[in-house]
Amino acid sequence: MTFACAYELRCQECGRSFGNQPLTICDECFSPLEVCYDIDSAKGIVTRESIAAGPASIWRYAALLPVPQGFQPDLPVGFTPLVRAPRLAARIFEGGSENLYVKNDAVCMPTLSFKDRVVAIALANAKAFGFETVGCSSTGNLANATAAQAVRLGLKACILVPADLEQAKILNTQVYGARLVRIDGNYDHVNRLCSQIADQYNWGFVNVNLRPYYSEGSKTVGYEIAEQLGWKLPDNVVCPMAGGSLIRKIKKAFGELIQLGLVEAKDVKFFGAQATGCSPISTAVKAGTNDVEPQRPHTIARSLAIGNPADGPYAAKMIRATGGWAEDVADEQVVEGIQLLAETEGIFTETAGGVTTAVTQKLVRQGRIRADETTVVCITGNGLKTTDALNGKYATERAVRPRLADFAEYLNELDSQKEVTYAN
Amino acid sequence: MPIKVILPTAFTKHTDGARQMDSNAKDLDGLVADLETAFPALGANIKDESGKLRRFINVYVNDEDIRFLGAEKYAFQDGDEVMLIPSIAGGC
Repeated sequence: MTFACAYELRCQECGRSFGNQPLTICDECFSPLEVCYDIDSAKGIVTRESIAAGPASIWRYAALLPVPQGFQPDLPVGFTPLVRAPRLAARIFEGGSENLYVKNDAVCMPTLSFKDRVVAIALANAKAFGFETVGCSSTGNLANATAAQAVRLGLKACILVPADLEQAKILNTQVYGARLVRIDGNYDHVNRLCSQIADQYNWGFVNVNLRPYYSEGSKTVGYEIAEQLGWKLPDNVVCPMAGGSLIRKIKKAFGELIQLGLVEAKDVKFFGAQATGCSPISTAVKAGTNDVEPQRPHTIARSLAIGNPADGPYAAKMIRATGGWAEDVADEQVVEGIQLLAETEGIFTETAGGVTTAVTQKLVRQGRIRADETTVVCITGNGLKTTDALNGKYATERAVRPRLADFAEYLNELDSQKEVTYAN
Repeated sequence: MPIKVILPTAFTKHTDGARQMDSNAKDLDGLVADLETAFPALGANIKDESGKLRRFINVYVNDEDIRFLGAEKYAFQDGDEVMLIPSIAGGC
């Protein structure tokens, strides 16, 4: 990395500057801080060519990220496939569409969710600030990403999760040797506790005192979408929402690319997806307000189960300003969404991806997304972590004797079952 | 018996380092007024233009978000532990 934009923390409300430090709240008006860049200084230096010459990972965009001087990344995080999804499109658009894409962070390395992106940036800063222990409050994916990447950087990790988290996500944290603390409460309880711990312990919590840096990692989803579309912006982005951060950062990334002259300016519509059982942001968008009322989460989409979303008001405002919309779907539709994406495009996503797929279908039916528009659906996590959601959906088939005749008979049996199912 | 109010580190710049206080406030509006009396510098910063607590400051009463208890309508009970926390963390 030969060039990096100058960056610093600024208050999103009062605009006060705070330099660079592990801090998340303005001490004057108590509003969230955000990393701001001198993007104009990168004009003509950060080019399509300079980016293409970088590694096949988020680090190809390092000049546009808050990466401390001297940090040498060695993990190939991100740069996940953007795949055309004609078979999914055939199922959700009348007449199909050649313009539907899936941004597949189900295969983001190293821990199979988009959280690897944000953690990579947070931990780069944790090292620079001198933290020896890092941690997070997590609904699972963040726990996995923090635990794995902390090991890689020689940092200790203490991870706090809601006690009812999926077993796979707990195991996928413990295996890296992280200290895992299950809290008897929901994510919002865990979150609140972490903010108190961060006050008392000299730890770098990736989504608390390192949050402004951490959340910038989400911008890389936006950079990649634009680059992989051939340096063009899509018409629509459908994005899952928990805290409401990712959707805003994708927009921020698009804005920076426009400012740098790397893509043509375009008004992209942003669509937010939530599970009905935890839908504070979509409820606000549909009610035409930025006042996000907290909810008690009750959904199988645990990675989106944040009842009191920190960036909710900003996300609601931004979505409406772009001409987009937000929708939510019931848990049965979440499961159907997982199955639909797997059956059509060979992508097995977790419950959050089921939400996003099902909401995309709903938005198409509502006429908010059209077949002739380029639409990118953001899939943020891997289905292997939430297999519980599919319990009872597939029968355990009987074993067949290793004889050709038995096999043929078994196929007939399956086909006749299918006919019965179709007849029903 | 008054309620116990726990303040976040972010407030301490305006509270001479105090991290908690006792209050006899009956409800949220009363608590905001109490905070303003005890720490005038803080009072000026925690309210928005309409005089309400800024939207980024969450209030918890004995572990429960005050908005689930009726928000401004909630009447503090003797011995309530009231925690003010800026909304900071989150997922995607």
